[in-house]
Amino acid sequence: MAVNPKYPEADAAAGFDLKAANFMLPVIYLLNANIEALAAKLGEKVETAPEFFHNTPVVIDLSGLPEGVGEAEFPLLVGLLRGYGMIPFGVRGGNPAQNAIAEALDLAILRDSYARKTKTADAATAADPAAVAAVLSATTQSDASPGVATVRRINSGFMLVTRPVRSGQRVYAAGGDLSITAAVSSGAELMADGNIHIYGPLRGRALAGMNGNLDARIFCLDLQAELVSIAGHYRVSEHIPKELRGVPVQIFLDQKILRIEKI
Amino acid sequence: MSRIIVITSGKGGVGKTTTSAALAMGLAQRGKRTVVIDFDVGLRNLDLIMGCERRVVYDFINVINQEANLNQALIRDKRCDHLYVLPASQTRDKGALSKEGVGRVLEELSQTYDFIVCDSPAGIEHGATMAMYYADDAIVVTNPEVSSVRDSDRMLGILSSKSRRAETNAEPIREFLLLTRYDPHRVESGEMLSVDDVQEILALNLLGIIPESKAVLTASNAGIPVILDRDSDAGQAYGDMVARYLGEEVPHRFLHAEKKGLLSRLFRG
Ligand SMILES: Nc1ncnc2c1ncn2[C@@H]1O[C@H](COP(=O)(O)OP(=O)(O)OP(=O)(O)O)[C@@H](O)[C@H]1O
Ligand SMILES: [Mg+2]
Repeated sequence: MAVNPKYPEADAAAGFDLKAANFMLPVIYLLNANIEALAAKLGEKVETAPEFFHNTPVVIDLSGLPEGVGEAEFPLLVGLLRGYGMIPFGVRGGNPAQNAIAEALDLAILRDSYARKTKTADAATAADPAAVAAVLSATTQSDASPGVATVRRINSGFMLVTRPVRSGQRVYAAGGDLSITAAVSSGAELMADGNIHIYGPLRGRALAGMNGNLDARIFCLDLQAELVSIAGHYRVSEHIPKELRGVPVQIFLDQKILRIEKI
Repeated sequence: MSRIIVITSGKGGVGKTTTSAALAMGLAQRGKRTVVIDFDVGLRNLDLIMGCERRVVYDFINVINQEANLNQALIRDKRCDHLYVLPASQTRDKGALSKEGVGRVLEELSQTYDFIVCDSPAGIEHGATMAMYYADDAIVVTNPEVSSVRDSDRMLGILSSKSRRAETNAEPIREFLLLTRYDPHRVESGEMLSVDDVQEILALNLLGIIPESKAVLTASNAGIPVILDRDSDAGQAYGDMVARYLGEEVPHRFLHAEKKGLLSRLFRG
């Protein structure tokens, strides 16, 4: 957007030219809401070509998600992609609820006239042969129960939750810290772009630094978590040492390695 | 102002219908105008437990579809003047419960009744979400076992986001825990969770602990809400529950296997 010094004769008042250009971008087609399976597949793809995905802008296509699914899951995907070094920059084919969340995540909403509502994995690849389509078809979970998401764009810098976060509930503090002054049940999920503070037992999952912030931390009084993650670097409960369970801890990244420390 | 109370659970068969009948009868006996509604369309059995199955002519769905008016469908309890039953339909499918229709019926009932008790089907299917949507209070019925506690936890999450109160940002639904089928022997032997184990996960206002009791089956076979069996432990425990719901301070009983009588009353839960 800066004035190009090579062309001093260009109209100084305008300062820039606005032109349309076409870019070839990888598109990730989200076909269901099973983030775990998706993370595993994505991990495999990235392992095979880490350089290719590093700093690569990607678009997330939501048109293949069944109705009413994915409002809660796709912020997780964004965190995951950022954790793999990709730069998710926009979504397409989402419904208004999904678009609202995308906006909260600082993603662009791409109005794609080609995005069709009933895209299958095969059709998607065929329709977009030029794009490096990372079509991820994770196994469908037969969990029909709706995840209950609270997503809030934060202006004051943090979000406070004073009631217990129950199994199946998800809380996402987009753009800031999340503080919880009650218990977080097994099966509940906390997400924040900033730090997460839990003044009670953490029995569910906590994912801090969702927007790729490697400096984000998780603080909790009583760690019994199923999963903890900072900027996509995560650890599941079976890899959390016994002596760190049930005690106050902080969780952070040290040279991109997830560390859990007593406090 | 009438209050709408939903009796709910994640897991099935934990004692919701038994509790709905007991609560409704208990409130009515204290002079509160009370109606109890069966939301378990297709599997109705509230009318059996209330002992009015032979008097069912019209049902909840008929009223929602405006095929009958409320006065035609409501069944007055023969034992207590203040109590009415609105039975479910055995034949129609659950889809017949529309949000607008349910809302209209509850609105009309709230003109006349102090308490509207909604006996919900288990789980989070349509009938259950309809039963909880308009609730002011929720009694989450839980058995002292891991799967039931986990399902209750999930239910509480849904209650706090998928209700009219949540959607309109009104004061949240008041949530209460009722532990049922509590067997102190099995708790002591470690086969069942204790009250404290359950509360560590759920951390709710404990409305009561109903012991596992033969009186429950005997009463329901006879079509008599067990709260009317005052000699039984379960009947007394349900009596305490109603008192607590109405704000009285009553110590928890039937928590321990051996200690009976005065001593157990000294044990607060
Ligand atoms: N305290 C108790 N002691 C012994 N048996 C009980 C007790 N409470 C309930 N039961 C028995 O458990 C069974 C289920 O009870 P009930 O029908 O009240 O449960 P429910 O939660 O309404 O079930 P559903 O989910 O199918 O609607 C019945 O056979 C009942 O007699
Ligand atoms: Mg029932």
